[in-house]
Amino acid sequence: MRFDVHVEVSGLEGIADPEGQTIERALPALGFTGVDSVHVGKVVRFALDAPDERSARATAEEMCARLLANPVIETAVVTLSPRSGALSLHEEGRG
Amino acid sequence: MSTVAVVVFPGSNCEHDVVRALRELGGDARLVWHGDDSLGSADAVVLPGGFAHGDYLRPGAIARFSPVMSAVARFAADGGPVVGICNGFQVLTEAGLLPGALRRNSGLRFVCETVTCTVVSSHSVLTAGVSPGTRLSLPINHGEGSFTCDPDTLARLESSGQVVLRYDGDPNGSVGRVAGVASREGNVVGLMPHPERASAGILGSDDGVVLLESLLHSASRGRPRRAVVSI
Repeated sequence: MRFDVHVEVSGLEGIADPEGQTIERALPALGFTGVDSVHVGKVVRFALDAPDERSARATAEEMCARLLANPVIETAVVTLSPRSGALSLHEEGRG
Repeated sequence: MSTVAVVVFPGSNCEHDVVRALRELGGDARLVWHGDDSLGSADAVVLPGGFAHGDYLRPGAIARFSPVMSAVARFAADGGPVVGICNGFQVLTEAGLLPGALRRNSGLRFVCETVTCTVVSSHSVLTAGVSPGTRLSLPINHGEGSFTCDPDTLARLESSGQVVLRYDGDPNGSVGRVAGVASREGNVVGLMPHPERASAGILGSDDGVVLLESLLHSASRGRPRRAVVSI
């Protein structure tokens, strides 16, 4: 099976997020008020061939632990979607 | 004469400065390509500054998988002196050879200036010859040098003498104003300031010399055998 994998990497609770803080300070300058708790992370997307969803998730989570996230400062959330015959999320995203 | 292997990753840019500074001090320094799986007969290793593998994903995240890093990890586990400067510090934290991590500077500010640091602990191969309390004027040059770890880890590092160098000011938002840390055994050290760029009066400061001399001295003593590196 082929899966679209979406990995969201974000800072651990309590770790300084200077990008989020800078954006939070910039938004009011543009007139956007009432905004707080801004956090910036990153998204890694890829397609993965695996026998089933369980093994695809295990593989993706091992990738997170070994490379995609630094567990000292980051967490990673893996979202999987099986690719059907129709357009994949990735391809739809290209518009 | 001590032989220091200076590792070159694609994107390293301080390797020649380190080699030159060590040679000026009487050491034998040579470059080792990141794709090599051996350090040869090195008595010490330096991971220099730069942008290894373009700093893609996170600084040091890809470099830690370079073939030479297995040899560096074995060398460190045997008690060999290993120093990471700037990007080299980032590589050592990513490789799990040093505690903590380096994050974007506070205020997203790339800092390029000479700062004053104080040697906090002599418990490392880089500071063994320097009295705690010694103040050093050293250049820093980084965008992601904000040292980060959880409060318990910081307390442990402080109490065990693993915080070896501290900024007098706060150039980048590092917790505890940490500028350099060591492994528990003191043979692996990382620091954001560049001692090689402060190795001669004509460069504006020669305060880095005491650090590099400590490294050469540690290298010349040979390395004790140890089973593991604990951070």
